[in-house]
Amino acid sequence: MTLHRLTAYALRSTAVSYVGLLIILPLAAIGHHSLTGGFAGFLKDLQQPQASSAILLTIEAALATTALNAVFGVLSAVVLVRYEFPGRWFLNAMVDLPFAVPTLVAGLMIAALYGPTGLIGAWLQAGGLGVLYERPGIVFAMLFVTMPFTIRALQPVLMELEQDQEEAAFTLGAGPWITFLKVTIPSVLPGLLTGIFLTFVRALGEFGAVVVVAGNIPMKTQVASVYVYGEIESYNPQGATSVSITILLISLLALLLLERLTRPPGERLPTILRRGLMMFPLSHRFMPTK
Amino acid sequence: MTATSNQTKIEVHNLSKRFGSVQAVSRVTFNVRSGELLGLLGPSGSGKTTVLRMLAGLESPTEGDIVVDGRRINDLSVQERNVGFVFQHYALFKHLSVHENVAFGLRIRKWNAEDIRGRVTELLALMSLQDLGGRYPHQLSGGQRQRVAIARALASRPKMLLLDEPFGAVDAKVRQELREWLIRLHHDLNVTSLFVTHDQEEAMEVSDRIIVFSKGRLEQVGTPAEIYEEPATEFVARFIGAMNILEAEVRAGVARIGPFEFPSPASRDGQKVRVGFRPYSVKVSEEPEHFRLQARLRHIYFLGVAYRLEIETADGFVLRSRMNKEEFSRRRFEIGSPVSFAITEFRMLPDAAERGSPPPVPLPPGSPLTP
Repeated sequence: MTLHRLTAYALRSTAVSYVGLLIILPLAAIGHHSLTGGFAGFLKDLQQPQASSAILLTIEAALATTALNAVFGVLSAVVLVRYEFPGRWFLNAMVDLPFAVPTLVAGLMIAALYGPTGLIGAWLQAGGLGVLYERPGIVFAMLFVTMPFTIRALQPVLMELEQDQEEAAFTLGAGPWITFLKVTIPSVLPGLLTGIFLTFVRALGEFGAVVVVAGNIPMKTQVASVYVYGEIESYNPQGATSVSITILLISLLALLLLERLTRPPGERLPTILRRGLMMFPLSHRFMPTK
Repeated sequence: MTATSNQTKIEVHNLSKRFGSVQAVSRVTFNVRSGELLGLLGPSGSGKTTVLRMLAGLESPTEGDIVVDGRRINDLSVQERNVGFVFQHYALFKHLSVHENVAFGLRIRKWNAEDIRGRVTELLALMSLQDLGGRYPHQLSGGQRQRVAIARALASRPKMLLLDEPFGAVDAKVRQELREWLIRLHHDLNVTSLFVTHDQEEAMEVSDRIIVFSKGRLEQVGTPAEIYEEPATEFVARFIGAMNILEAEVRAGVARIGPFEFPSPASRDGQKVRVGFRPYSVKVSEEPEHFRLQARLRHIYFLGVAYRLEIETADGFVLRSRMNKEEFSRRRFEIGSPVSFAITEFRMLPDAAERGSPPPVPLPPGSPLTP
């Protein structure tokens, strides 16, 4: 065996072991663990009213978060790429903040602003909308931690998009809105889908910010990750794993669907890996430190 | 295609465009005749593309008017102008098929489905793309993409067709095909068309008339022959075709520099003039006494249809001469050997400030330059 082949072998083994030890084996372990009580036991765990309520609530809140961040993320990305205004660089830098701030701290920030005594919270409270320990609080927390995804996924593709395609649409009679919907959005669709799906899966798993803002009220504001934590604390690892594996499966399905949707014909490298890596050109330095 | 709807007359008056502190286009005035194929020619940064974009409504003029068929269109938006625009890199919609690319403008303009299908089929056939309607842009060759771009631009029967460097993005062989294609297409459709190019040969071959731009200014408007034979400015003389240019000083009605003497009766004594002559006006012989002037042959370039000889006089003046194949094969040139030469025709180049060029001066018999 030549040195070159030896190196290649060593590198490959290292990569496989690394991904295996850190991701695949723990996945298998939790999968195995969840089925120790048999499939019936797994289903029974999910049928606990608290558990099913937590799962449904998590999915609903994550969907709401995804929809809001899709709309405002597209808007922010377009503004950051296309418009010159004073302080743009600062706004651009701030987009990465949710990656840099521990999510518990993010929760405290939201609570301070939207709590009943907070600047905006008091005003919302007067209008009848409670945020703290209420369901909207969950969405606020999820919005905060997932904000960078859509923006950062769209920015590079928007910058790459040749503006002459939009101008071509203008010369063919299309106004700015039609052009945006029929030319710009379809052109950046892979980036947009990546941002949307990553927002969704990240929101599904959020713990720190949600627990501070929305608390831990069973059947009301208790999301899946908080429920899992509670079950571990009360010595019910079985129930914890069953809910965990459910959330995990939803995330996995979402990622596989994204992979299908964004794979160009003939592309072999899993796009999700490529895009996932590409998305963190600046933020890899300060990944979330929960 | 109805002939009358395409017969658009365009008048441009004193058109200027400033981007910040950069004056991209300065007070440009010209007319485009209906059904004409007009080339806008100039080096990059000369303002020709900006003029085209102002006609389309993609840029708004800082000053001046654009009048189409007697109507001022400055304030019409790009959407309202109904111009066909072909972008340099085609700007096809990558997520749409060829058929849908061509149909895009018709859908926007709310044509009914049947008319759209008919019109797209007609255009794809006209462009020899009839079998490619279902393909996507990334599955097409450069030449096919450009034809799709032209079909898309023509779909809604625009008043004018504007093409930005239409042959810039394809290789040399395809470029030649596309030129002939464009000429034929224009002949068939007769839609008033303007195209931008930096390639003088391309402009000469394709255009009915050419406008030459330099530094945002209009240098000359004319047919390819007029521009070549009677350049209005030194810039045009240098830019269109090869030209030898010498700077000479006038004494006693003769412009002199080194061994050269050019009769210049209209000039004052002491005046500096620029004398230009095309390579085909430089006759060269391998016999040292055949012509009066002496030089050394520096280089021979084979151009395909002819040869270019580069000669250098004893005082270091380098001139280019063009010789057809027959004559070249009769003579026995050797690089480095002495030659004799003569200049059969020259012109005094106008200063940058003055416009209008005097006709070429045939040399009187007895002049030191005549054979």
